[in-house]
Amino acid sequence: MKTLPTLTAPIDRRGFLRLSALAGGGLVLGFYLKSGNRALGAEVVKPVDGTEFKPNAFIRITPDGVVTLVSKQPEIGQGIKTSLPMIIAEELEVNWKDVVIVQGDLDPAYGSQGAGGSRSTPNNYDEFHRLGATARTMLVAAAAETWGVPVTECAAANGAVRHTPSDRTLGYGELVAKAATLPVPEIVSLKSPKDYKLLGTRIGGVDNPKVVSGQPLFGIDIRLPDMVYAVYEKCPVFGGKVISANLDEIKKLPGVKDAFVIEGTANVRGLMPGVAIVADSTWSAFSARQQLKVQWDEGKFANDSWEGFSAKANELSKQPGASVVQKSGDIVTALAGAAKVLEANYVYPFISHASFEPQNCTAVFKDGGFEIWVPSQNPGGGQDEVARQLGVPKEKIIVHLTRSGGGFGRRLSQDFVVEAAAIAQKVAAPVKLTWTREDDLRHDHYRAGGFHFLKAGLDASGKIAAWQNHFVTFGVMGPARDDPNLAVRPGSGASIDVNQFPSNFLANSLTEQTVLECNIPMGPWRAPGNNVFSWVIQSFLDELANAAGRDPLEFRLDLLGQKLGGPYDSARMTAVVKLVAEKAGWEPKKFPRGKGQGIAFHWSHQGYIAQVAEVTVSKDGQVKVDRVVCVCDVGAQIVNLSGAENQVEGSIVDGIGTLMFPELNIEKGRITQSNFHEYQLIRMPSTPAKIEVHFLASDNPTTGLGEPAIPPTAPAVCNAIFAATGKRVRQFPLSRTDLSWS
Amino acid sequence: MSKYTLKVNGQSHPVDVAPDTPLLWVLRDSIGLVGTKFGCGIGQCGVCTIHVNGSPTRACLTPVSVVGDMAITTIEGLDAQASHPLQRAWCELDVPQCGYCQAGQIMTAAAFLKTNPKPNDEEIDEAMAGNLCRCATYLRIRAGIKRAAELASTPTERPLATKGAS
Repeated sequence: MKTLPTLTAPIDRRGFLRLSALAGGGLVLGFYLKSGNRALGAEVVKPVDGTEFKPNAFIRITPDGVVTLVSKQPEIGQGIKTSLPMIIAEELEVNWKDVVIVQGDLDPAYGSQGAGGSRSTPNNYDEFHRLGATARTMLVAAAAETWGVPVTECAAANGAVRHTPSDRTLGYGELVAKAATLPVPEIVSLKSPKDYKLLGTRIGGVDNPKVVSGQPLFGIDIRLPDMVYAVYEKCPVFGGKVISANLDEIKKLPGVKDAFVIEGTANVRGLMPGVAIVADSTWSAFSARQQLKVQWDEGKFANDSWEGFSAKANELSKQPGASVVQKSGDIVTALAGAAKVLEANYVYPFISHASFEPQNCTAVFKDGGFEIWVPSQNPGGGQDEVARQLGVPKEKIIVHLTRSGGGFGRRLSQDFVVEAAAIAQKVAAPVKLTWTREDDLRHDHYRAGGFHFLKAGLDASGKIAAWQNHFVTFGVMGPARDDPNLAVRPGSGASIDVNQFPSNFLANSLTEQTVLECNIPMGPWRAPGNNVFSWVIQSFLDELANAAGRDPLEFRLDLLGQKLGGPYDSARMTAVVKLVAEKAGWEPKKFPRGKGQGIAFHWSHQGYIAQVAEVTVSKDGQVKVDRVVCVCDVGAQIVNLSGAENQVEGSIVDGIGTLMFPELNIEKGRITQSNFHEYQLIRMPSTPAKIEVHFLASDNPTTGLGEPAIPPTAPAVCNAIFAATGKRVRQFPLSRTDLSWS
Repeated sequence: MSKYTLKVNGQSHPVDVAPDTPLLWVLRDSIGLVGTKFGCGIGQCGVCTIHVNGSPTRACLTPVSVVGDMAITTIEGLDAQASHPLQRAWCELDVPQCGYCQAGQIMTAAAFLKTNPKPNDEEIDEAMAGNLCRCATYLRIRAGIKRAAELASTPTERPLATKGAS
C-alpha cells in the first residue's frame, strides 16, 4: 500500500473515486484527503487506561481482539446495519465473523443519521472506507513501533499485523494499548478494489439470528418498568378538531389510567388534534377505544372525494396547466405537423406505505426532558419536531434508535413521535403509543394519486416529434394552513420535475402541472414520484413505439441516443437497456397470444435500471408475471451482494404488487379502507417464479438500492400485458382494466 | 379480569387479564414474549402466527379464555437452540429484509412442513398465502422453505452461522 504524500490540494469526492478506480491496475492506490469539513466520527475518545482502541466514534477494539462497529443509520430492512460496517471491516482487515455490530443511538458524533432517498450508501461510502483505513493504519503503526521496524514491512490481514521479513504477528487485541496512544493520521491509504475480500460478497443480515428467533429488536418490542400503553384517536377527516369526547366514561373503563384531548395543530403532517387513552396494557387501551365517542369539527374538507377530484382533474385537463414545469421547442407546431398524434390519460390512486410494524413510539418525560425509543428513518427530525412542538430544548431529548419493521418513507415523518411525546408529557410514566393498522391506513402520509394527460406526435419516420404531459396532482396549503398567504403546494413526492424522461431527449416537449387542493397528508413513498412517473412515461413510450410499428427496445435505444442536455447519463442507461435485452433474450415476437414480453427503464436515486417482464394473461384477464430480468448500474461497487439482490427482488415484487392490488378511496374527506381485508397487498402466489438480477459495474460512485429498482417494474409488466393481449393498462390497480381476450 | 395459567413453550405462565384479551397481547404485554408480532389485528397478515397444540393459529384473533391448557408454541420456543431447519435456512439464504413478518412466516412454514415435508412451489404458495411480507421477500421465503426441507432430511448439529448483534 502506498500513499501519495506529495498531493496537497483538496480533491472532491468524485475526484477521489475516479483515482480509486484508476488505481485498479497500478501501484497508486486509493487515498483520502480530509476536507475542511469536520470528518465523521472525528471526535476521538482516548481511553486513559489503554483498555480499548477507539480511533473514531464507529470503531472500538478491546484487548481480547473483539472489534465492535457502530451502525449509525436507521435499519428499516434496507440492510444498512450490515453493509456500512462491512466497508469499515474491509478496510480494517478484520474477519467478519469477529466483528460485533451495535446500533448507534442518535448522536451528533455520527453525523447525519437519516435513511431516505437511497442516500445512506452514497453519503457514507467514502467516509466509511476512511474510518476503517484509519484504524488499520494506526494498528500497523503500533505493530511497527513495537517491533522497531518500518511500517512498510508490515501488513494487516485477518485482524492481525504481520511483519513479513521476520514472520512475526501481533493480533489487533495485543496492539490496543499502543495504538490508543498514537495520533490519528490525516491521510491514509485505502485498499485497492481488486484486493477486496468482503465487499461484493454475500453477507447475511447481522440481525438475522435475532429475527428468526423472535428476540426483541423493533420499536414495538420496547418494554420499560412501569410502562403504560397509549392509543390516539384522530378525526377521520384530516385535520378535524375535537369538540368534545366522553372522557369521563372512558376513564372508568377497566385498565384505563387516563384519557385526555390533545389540541394539536393545523399542520396535517404534524401533531393533529385527537384523544389519547392511556391504559395498563395495549388491549385495555384498544378495548376502551371501542367505547370512545368523539364529536369532531370536520372542517371544510369533509366533502372531498376521489370521484370529485377525478371529475375536476378531467375538467382541468381541457385547460392549459397552471404552471409550466418544462418547455422546449414549439409543441403546437410540432403536433400540428405530426404524421400521427396519440392521446392517453394515465391515473393512479392514493396508496399507503403499510409498513408492517404499525407506527409506534415509546417516550418518557422526566426532569423537563424526554427519552424516546422509536423505529424511525429520521431520528434527528423526531428530536427537532418534539423540541419545536413541545417546547423542550433539543439537548434534553435523548433518542434511541430501534430496528424498524419497514419504512418505505413513512418513518421519515414525525407525527407518531410527537404524539407519543405529547402524551408522555401528561403522564408520569414511560408511555408506549401503538397505532392500529386502521390508524396506519387512515392516517398515513400517502403516496399521492395523480392524473396525467398525455399527447404526442410521431413523424413520418416513426420518431417522436412532440411530447406533452399535463400532470394534475394534489397539494395542501403550506404547513401553517391558517396563513392565507401560503399558496397550495404539491404534496411530497407529488410534483413532477424538469428532468423526467424524455424531456431532455426531444426538441419539442412540454410538461405542465396543475395542483388540486386537498387536506390529505402526503409523504415520500419508496422512489417518490418516480414510482408512478416511470409507469406513465414508459407505458406511453410503448404506445408510441407500437403506433410507429417499431420494436419497443429499438425505439427506446434510438431515443436514448438523441440526448439534448440535462443530467441524465444516456450512455449508462443505454448500457443497462442493452444488457437487460441480452440477459432476458429479448424477442417479443416469439411469444404466443396471451403471453408477452415488455421492457422499461428508469433513472432515479442515482441508479440506472432496466427491466424486462414476461407475463401470461388468461383469457378471462388474470395476469401472472412469470419472469422479471433486471439490470442495475449503481456504480463501481456492490457492497453486500446478498443484500443488494434482496433489495432489487423486493422492489420488483413490490412494484408488481403495487400495480396489481392496493387502492385507497376517498369519500367525505376520509379514507374508506380500514385494514388489509380492504387494502390488498401482494401475496406469495402472485410473486413471479423467477427474478434475475444483474449488476453492471461502472466507473461511477457507488449508490443506493432501496428505491431505484421499483420504478421500471410496473411499466415493464404493463408493456408485457399489452404485448400479450393488445390491451393497454392506463389505471392502477390492474383490476380496473378488463384484460380478457379471445 | 380473570386468572389463567397458560402453557407457553413448555412453561406455565399465570396471567390476570380480561377474558377477551387476544393471546397476542397476553404474550407480548403480560408474559413479555415479543417475538409474536402485531400487524393487523384481524387475521389478514399472519405476523402473529403461533402454534396451539401444533396448529398454526392467529394469536390476534384467539381470546385467552378459549386456550385452556392447550400447548402454545411461539417463535421463541420453536427450537431450544433456535436451530430449527427453517431458522437455519433463513440465515443461510439471508431471507429477511426488515424481518417484522418473518417469525410469522417461519411459524406457518414449520406447521406446513410437518404436513408436507417435501413441498413444491405451488404447494408452498398455497400454504403461505395467508402471510404477508411488505418487503416482498417471497422468493427467498419460498427458497428458504425448500432449503429447510432439505436440511430437515439431512440433520446436522450446525448452530446458527451468523454472529449475533445488538
